[in-house]
Amino acid sequence: MGFIHRHRGLTPYLLLAPGVAWLAIFFLVPLGFLAYQSLQSGSIDFGYAFTWSWGNYWEAVRDYRPQFVRSLAYAGVATALALVVSYPVAYWIAFRGGRWKNLLLLLIVAPFFVTYLIRTLAWQTILADHGVVVRTLHELHVLGSSGRLLNTAVAVVAGITYNFLPFMALPLYVSLEQIDQRLIEAAEDLYASRLQAFVRVTLPLSLPGVVAGTLLTFIPAAGDFINAQLLGSPRNHMIGNVIQSKFLELTDYPAAASMSFVLIAAIVLAVLAYARAVGTEQLTG
Amino acid sequence: MSAVAVPVRRPKASTRIWALARRHVLSVYSLLFFVYLLLPIAIVAAFSFNHPTGRFNYVWEGFTWDNWRYWDGVPGLRSAIVLSLEIGLLASIVATVLGTLIALALVRYGFRGRGATNLLVFLPLSTPEIVLGASLLTLFLNANVVFGFWTILIAHVMFCISFAVVTVKARLIGFDRHLEEAAMDLGANEWVTFARVTLPLVAPAILAALLLCFAISIDDFVVTYFNSGSRVTFPLFVWGAARNGAPPQVNVIGTAIFAVAVGAMLANVLVQTRRTKGVA
Repeated sequence: MGFIHRHRGLTPYLLLAPGVAWLAIFFLVPLGFLAYQSLQSGSIDFGYAFTWSWGNYWEAVRDYRPQFVRSLAYAGVATALALVVSYPVAYWIAFRGGRWKNLLLLLIVAPFFVTYLIRTLAWQTILADHGVVVRTLHELHVLGSSGRLLNTAVAVVAGITYNFLPFMALPLYVSLEQIDQRLIEAAEDLYASRLQAFVRVTLPLSLPGVVAGTLLTFIPAAGDFINAQLLGSPRNHMIGNVIQSKFLELTDYPAAASMSFVLIAAIVLAVLAYARAVGTEQLTG
Repeated sequence: MSAVAVPVRRPKASTRIWALARRHVLSVYSLLFFVYLLLPIAIVAAFSFNHPTGRFNYVWEGFTWDNWRYWDGVPGLRSAIVLSLEIGLLASIVATVLGTLIALALVRYGFRGRGATNLLVFLPLSTPEIVLGASLLTLFLNANVVFGFWTILIAHVMFCISFAVVTVKARLIGFDRHLEEAAMDLGANEWVTFARVTLPLVAPAILAALLLCFAISIDDFVVTYFNSGSRVTFPLFVWGAARNGAPPQVNVIGTAIFAVAVGAMLANVLVQTRRTKGVA
């Protein structure tokens, strides 16, 4: 204790040391190993050697472009859907929730209490070929008589949207809840219609929540492979499916490692493009 | 004030219905939203009582208590649950301790490398799980580590730390430092102040971090899948079972986890709601 008193400047570092060391060794160093692995060549039988083999990246993009495109497209559509679907509800809870707010928020995160895989399997049941949804769509002639939902892109996107919905709804709620109601009243006092007040006041003020929710949904969605595996067919496979099978089934580590980095790069590029579109101030807070 | 009867002209019925619909459209929409959100959960719970005739538990065949009574009837399920509970408990405790210490340092002290530490905490949260799992796999492969209990535990602590930091940090930021100063003025030294004032005030956040880490750990599939070797946690069991038709016992466990978690949260929320009501 005397030691700490004499070296007060050390205290924060002592507090940080164990946790930061854990993150450094088991998060940062592994990323280094992944980079190292991605530039190796060889085979699992004869061993891999580090050869600066940048060709792995080129091959990843060349051979799996459809999967990369699909990952970004599915994740993008699912994120947009999640935003549109959950914004009105976040708004309703923030402005009309009253003292039931906490209970309603609990309902929003309720899906998280059912194991991810199990709730995805539940969608398998709901969208199954002889299920109620498909039969109703047949009767309404929305879906052709041989049309199906399971094993299609629709099912995969629907699954992703559902699974990441709370990541979108919660940040939206937080930013809407912080809005000073008097600003909206002021807009209406100044003869803005309710729609104008929403578009010119409420929506811009909730933009930080939109941005946070979009990122929290899009990033994990782009790397997901569970929905494509359980709700889609091989024609709907995303890059996550390829990385997973290359790592764990085909043991083609360099290819899988380089794909992981291409995925990160693709996500970063998408996020940057998005940041330019909405304005960077919202991103950096 | 003299009561003057003002004749009120009732608006036409159609206008009233339209006004009513407009006023409640958001509420109706929200209600539908919650039906959508909770439907899969209802399906999971309902099919835990199903009596499937074939391998697949997709079609409703009839009601039975058997799946609940013989929840243990599927080989490998019990050991998977035990492993998930062990990992969840250990990982949440270790991650919460490490995360709380980081949060204390970040909120309480100005020091060189603060920005870098914030970034290091933030990065795992914004990295896709598949990359977290894959990179850790390459580390263990290159270090010739035997995959199993310890690699799973290491992985879970790694992705839980950031959540613990964020949770505890939020509470520490809104913390009234005057309370600690008061304790010191009254003659308590730093350790006593920490143990008797700081810790009790931060305790709810530490508890929340523990529960959050436990929930995330017990639900994790992707990172575990990459680093489990031949060990099987509950989500891995579900994954394996899903390939040739998941037995209804999986729904039983899923429903039980949901009921316990929601029960705990509900109790907490109701207490809070009542407290707010008392104040208001």
